[in-house]
Amino acid sequence: MKALCEKYAAKLAAQGLASGTGPDAPLVGGLDADLTWNREDPRTGELAGLFSRLSINSLVFIRPAEPYRTILDFLAARNPDGIRPEDTETRTFLHDIPVCADFTAEAMAAQLKRRKVIVIPGQGVAACGTVTPEQGFVSVSSLVFSSFVLFFSDYLNRARRVELDDEYADAFSHVVRLLPEPHTDLPGLAAGPFTDEEGVVAAMAEAGRKVVGYGLVDSFFGNISYKLDETVYISQTGSSLDELEGCIDPCPLDGSTTNGLTASSELSAHEDVYRRSNYDCILHGHPKFSVIMSMDCERDDCPNRGHCHIHCTECRTVDGVPIVPGEVGTGPTGLCHTLPPAMAANGAAIVHGHGLFTAGNNDFNAPFARLLEIENRCRDLYFDRLSRYA
Amino acid sequence: MDEFYGRTGMVLHIDLTTGTATPEHPDEAVYGRYLGGRGLAGYYLHPFADREYTDPELPLLIFTGPLTGTDSPTSGRGTILSRSPLTGAVCDGSIGGGLPTRLKKAGYDGLVITGRAETPCGIEIDDHDVRVVETSLWGTDSDAVLHGLERQLPEDTSLACIGPAAENGSLLGSVAVDHRHGGVRGGLGLVWAAKNLKYLTVRGSGEVRVHDPAALAEAREAIVRLTMASPVLMGGHGFSHWGTGALFDLINSRRMLPTDNFQKTFFEQGAAVNAAALAELYKPRDHGCLGCHIHCRKIARDGRSLPGFETMAHFTANVGNADPESAMEAADLCGKLGLDPISAASTLACLREITGQDYTDKTLLSTLRAMAEGGDLAKGALNLAQACGRPEAAMTVKGLELPAFDPRGGYGLALAYAVSTRGGCHQHAYPISHEVLRKPVATDRFTFSGKARIIKLAEDTIAACDSMNACRLIFLAAGLEEYAKALTAVTGQDWSVQSLLEVGERTTVNERRMNAGNGFDATDDDLPGRFFTEPGTSGGGVEIPPIDREKFLQARRNYYAVRGLDENGAPTTETLQRLGLDQ
Repeated sequence: MKALCEKYAAKLAAQGLASGTGPDAPLVGGLDADLTWNREDPRTGELAGLFSRLSINSLVFIRPAEPYRTILDFLAARNPDGIRPEDTETRTFLHDIPVCADFTAEAMAAQLKRRKVIVIPGQGVAACGTVTPEQGFVSVSSLVFSSFVLFFSDYLNRARRVELDDEYADAFSHVVRLLPEPHTDLPGLAAGPFTDEEGVVAAMAEAGRKVVGYGLVDSFFGNISYKLDETVYISQTGSSLDELEGCIDPCPLDGSTTNGLTASSELSAHEDVYRRSNYDCILHGHPKFSVIMSMDCERDDCPNRGHCHIHCTECRTVDGVPIVPGEVGTGPTGLCHTLPPAMAANGAAIVHGHGLFTAGNNDFNAPFARLLEIENRCRDLYFDRLSRYA
Repeated sequence: MDEFYGRTGMVLHIDLTTGTATPEHPDEAVYGRYLGGRGLAGYYLHPFADREYTDPELPLLIFTGPLTGTDSPTSGRGTILSRSPLTGAVCDGSIGGGLPTRLKKAGYDGLVITGRAETPCGIEIDDHDVRVVETSLWGTDSDAVLHGLERQLPEDTSLACIGPAAENGSLLGSVAVDHRHGGVRGGLGLVWAAKNLKYLTVRGSGEVRVHDPAALAEAREAIVRLTMASPVLMGGHGFSHWGTGALFDLINSRRMLPTDNFQKTFFEQGAAVNAAALAELYKPRDHGCLGCHIHCRKIARDGRSLPGFETMAHFTANVGNADPESAMEAADLCGKLGLDPISAASTLACLREITGQDYTDKTLLSTLRAMAEGGDLAKGALNLAQACGRPEAAMTVKGLELPAFDPRGGYGLALAYAVSTRGGCHQHAYPISHEVLRKPVATDRFTFSGKARIIKLAEDTIAACDSMNACRLIFLAAGLEEYAKALTAVTGQDWSVQSLLEVGERTTVNERRMNAGNGFDATDDDLPGRFFTEPGTSGGGVEIPPIDREKFLQARRNYYAVRGLDENGAPTTETLQRLGLDQ
């Protein structure tokens, strides 16, 4: 259990969600017969009280790194009754994010007995699990992503409506100053085409690591696939894109087996893209500014407002890259219906509030380049659009 | 039903000796502590848990939960519970179809059936009209009973019955519910037979009141969204598309498909009998329980029910049969005879290992028929193996035959099998969820590290699910976080993940204390010796060694510690006091 605690503490740091060392380094606790922590810290005394109050086996606590710390503290102060982002991650998995005023086991337990992750303003973020510390890691990472999207989306909307106040403007400019510079270099991924399973799996694993490393997705989001002959190789559901070895399912397109039961929830969408086009591979990330721009719309009077993620009927694009509605999976409003035709026609598409898909031939170099290019373009567009109002 | 939300407030006691039905209105506190379904049924079993199945005082319990009959997703579930004639342990069965919904709408949270009718009888419930009637259907198979009753009764009536197996005293006697929704294990059909009860029909015209329909709609939306995002449930390879048979290829490729009575863990001819092969042969249509959007049941074009994963796997790989039609026939015959197909197939596999004789199409079916007629075969794998002087050939825990997942391929599964209150059962903790299906996150299936508490928490979660009466499968997508919101909306009471887990813990420990009272101890929380001494079938990059005995025992000790049990597996006084089970 201690090894798992240390692993996820390290991943939080590696992904820039928390400091790797010092008093703000993550605290990850795991309980089987005995409670263990990844490191010693005075706060584990209070946090241990959560294990006696809740039926959990793991806990992740972080003081987020900047700029997430500023964002979360700002949003929590503005929304003391809870933060409600509207991106897909939140709609599907988080629902809403409670704000807990006190760093006491009693107060935190009162919120965590209902929700998987909470924000404690000025203190940090806590998330629990009943299976492994990975659950807390996923929740914390989802929260940070969703909060970032909400902070920037809300700022642009308020600017458009001339509702900005000095406090928000100050926080925003502070956060913008802390944003990392966008990547402009390309990683130089293995050249295809790949002709056997071993080559495919190695190329997918390499692409996954780079997509995470470039900040184009948090490790467990997104998915990657490659079509070799009539078999689609795709990352497994909930797999970490930076640890794909052993987590790729071969799924024959003829439906002769159901081994794809553990494949990504987007398998159907990937398969349909391949059926409709000549592409060989697909990358799907959750680059933050692509998601933010997918949700930005000036039509306040639209009858679909509030249901844009499933009912948007506008033909919206980012420089020609279509933005389509659709929820995760294969339901009647699933992106499996909207994404494939858009991808087949354009080689790239953004799903509203969700993320960016790009396709390519032979290997992942072109789709990776396009992923990065679109995200950087969305980042520029965001500030261009903002400059019209503020 | 005017005063209550999510429940009727009425439990009906039916005494088959006198033919009388007496309503009871349980205290509010009882509902708060046990909720419904499996939890509440366990509460009613406890005072009589030491009775033999032949004792008329042993209750047969059929309970709904607070979500049953509401718009909460997968709400059409209920529980049958009693003491197992096969194992002597507490045994629950989750049932679906329409029966639980109609029982609730008839005005009952549950039925407590005791006594013994002088002649074979049926119970017929039509709202508040409850009749115990003599029947001439004794001796007829399940299909004949259900089809016959359907012709006589209004279309919106649900039906359950036993078949000839239970009537003939088979310890593998099951219960058919609305044709395809029984799956009751542990020989609970024999409890019906011991009471001379052949069938139950239920029609209900009432409505289940919901405190806050708008909040329930919001909770429903969140649960459905998670379901749609689940590749296991709704994906192109998922249960909704293929039925639970979708597991066949995956479990086989993970080298954990019981083959030749668990002597191997990989079935070479798997492609001939997997879900895709069955779909090609039988062109099935979808079928589901009331209140469910997943529709995991599949009905062949000829009207037969397509076997679920466990039944199909056991009637093929575990008995060395690569013919899908003979497996279909065997499963169908189990349904007609009222045999638990998992136990029946596992007993066949045990017999095959002992005799060394393979089955033909004909002997597979004739042996099943013999199983339903009495004798050693009718007593399950453990009794059969002991009678043959080969007890090691019985792949059972607490006398209940193991389902189609090999524990050498998942150490959480191994622990879950061992400690389950009803015996060889993976469903009380469903570690397949994280050890194979990666939900809610993946765990290392070849380690016991952390598994003790994971299994304890999963048992509590599923017991809570069974007490609300939602389908266990939906917890491959949604969780108690979402269901607590649904339950709060339905009942108007404030439920959280934590309070639901406390109900689940009380339910499980209540079952543990009943088993302990009946003499179950640590020696019963164990696996067949084969799993500690023989490897599985390695290959495909996966090695399947025997389970390390010492590591297993340490994990079991850890489980006892986190569950609040003593070294014999019985609840400590402190645990009973904490859960209010000491009175």
